[in-house]
Amino acid sequence: MNPYRVGALVLAGMLVSVPAFAQFDLTGKWASRSSQDAQERGPGPDPVDYLGLPLNDEGRARALSYNYSMLSLPDGQCGYHTPFYIVLGPFGLHIWNEFDPVSAKLVAWKIGAWVDRDVTTIWMDGRPHPSPNAPRTYGGFTTGRWEGNTLVTTTTHMKATQIRRNGAPVSDQATMTMYVFRHGDLLTIRAVMDDPVYFSEPLVRSRVWALDPDGNLNLGNGVASPCEPIAELPVADSADIVPHYLPGQNPFVKELTERHNIPVEAVLGGAETMYPEYRKKLKDYVPPAICKRYCGCGGLGVPCIEDGTGVPK
Amino acid sequence: MKSSFAALLVSLLATAAAGAQGRATQTPLSTARADAPIELTGYWVSVVTQDWRWRMVTPAKGDYASIPITLEAKKVGDNWDPVRDEAAGEQCKSYGAPALMAVPTRLRITWQDASTLKVETDAGTQTRLFYFGDKRPPRGAPTWQGESTARWERPPAARGAASKAGSLKVVTSHLRPGYLRKNGVPYGADAVLTEYWDVSADPNGDQWITLTSTVQDDRYLREPWVTALNFKKERDGAKWDPTPCSAR
Repeated sequence: MNPYRVGALVLAGMLVSVPAFAQFDLTGKWASRSSQDAQERGPGPDPVDYLGLPLNDEGRARALSYNYSMLSLPDGQCGYHTPFYIVLGPFGLHIWNEFDPVSAKLVAWKIGAWVDRDVTTIWMDGRPHPSPNAPRTYGGFTTGRWEGNTLVTTTTHMKATQIRRNGAPVSDQATMTMYVFRHGDLLTIRAVMDDPVYFSEPLVRSRVWALDPDGNLNLGNGVASPCEPIAELPVADSADIVPHYLPGQNPFVKELTERHNIPVEAVLGGAETMYPEYRKKLKDYVPPAICKRYCGCGGLGVPCIEDGTGVPK
Repeated sequence: MKSSFAALLVSLLATAAAGAQGRATQTPLSTARADAPIELTGYWVSVVTQDWRWRMVTPAKGDYASIPITLEAKKVGDNWDPVRDEAAGEQCKSYGAPALMAVPTRLRITWQDASTLKVETDAGTQTRLFYFGDKRPPRGAPTWQGESTARWERPPAARGAASKAGSLKVVTSHLRPGYLRKNGVPYGADAVLTEYWDVSADPNGDQWITLTSTVQDDRYLREPWVTALNFKKERDGAKWDPTPCSAR
């Protein structure tokens, strides 16, 4: 054989056989590890609990205007969360991939939907994001790329919705970046939500899942039928009323302070509250005598407190 | 033409061989510090956007939310008494390695030597030492920060020890029993902490450590306690503010 040909074949073989650098497989079922944010993911946050959120004044004002009855309006009943809910919500992940049938190149990763979140498609084929003026959807538009052994994704074109399930807002100008790390059977995602309208700096959250190939994951999909909005508030429906609280009239502002002794200034959030030095402003804090609600004993089969007296069992 | 093609082929073969060698063994002169695929040194700050009410302040007695405790752990937690801890000189019980990184703090990370990474916290003024390779100090009594063995982890496809993709794995044991949370949720002497340290950069240039932690403790945890924490890099140590341990 022509030595040139031999060399070319060796060269081609080497180029083809070089593995895709620093990439890992995401496919499979990943079970939720709810070892953080149990109340927020489970029963839900208190009505005015913006602890740790970098809300600016406009975001705080919008949050305080929120009334849960908004969810009963026809245009609110079928609202979804954005992909940021991946790191906020309670469920596991089902991830699969899609390949081009001809070239066998990876086209996209797909993170399956939950009852209140759309499928997240992470396009890996280099396609551009839509025009800035393109319509927004709850799922947004996501692209991904590998940086070393980290999958980095960028999501744009998300609808305005909540960043916490108590009305803390995020605008349709927000963008989200996710960093996906895999360590053996653990999958960690750090998500960064940057919102120039309602945040004074990006909001960063992380969450961990564990590979559970035989698991029958709870994705929340079986708990609701396809959403069909109906008139739940006849008065609101007929009179074009949007449930809300006017400035200074939210009745829940002091609830967290009364329950947990946390100053209202901290409860209302802000970037300053996210950093260790803020604890100097909490020097007068005294913890409540005993936990009385959402105390984390559910898995034990015994109550955390007895008779409402605050005496632990 | 012929010569340049041959040179390219030889070069590729040599690179591949070097890569294979790098995967198999490290050169005798290499050190953990020299081999670091990620840059961890510098000052970093906790950014507390999760579990704020359980981290920034001391939660109420009996608040075990998010931690998969056993009944035995509950009994210990139900009897938490910070006054007793202070009297016993055990104010640092909630600053042991399994809890320390969740305490709002700044980190100062430096190389103590070529194979020992030092992680200091200003909160509680604690020091963790991560030992690479076989070097270890003589084993003494269990301590709050225990003994930590460390190694760089590189993705299987990364070629050669010089690759700049990877993370740090740290396993810590030989711990003095303490608290996972300031309100007395216990961990025992047999607890093992496994951590993965990853570094990533945001679009705005901010550098972050994402720390994935697993605490295993058959006595006090029904299942491993798994968390992910975030630290943002700071330009310098201007905000470094050492404070002593506090039991309250």
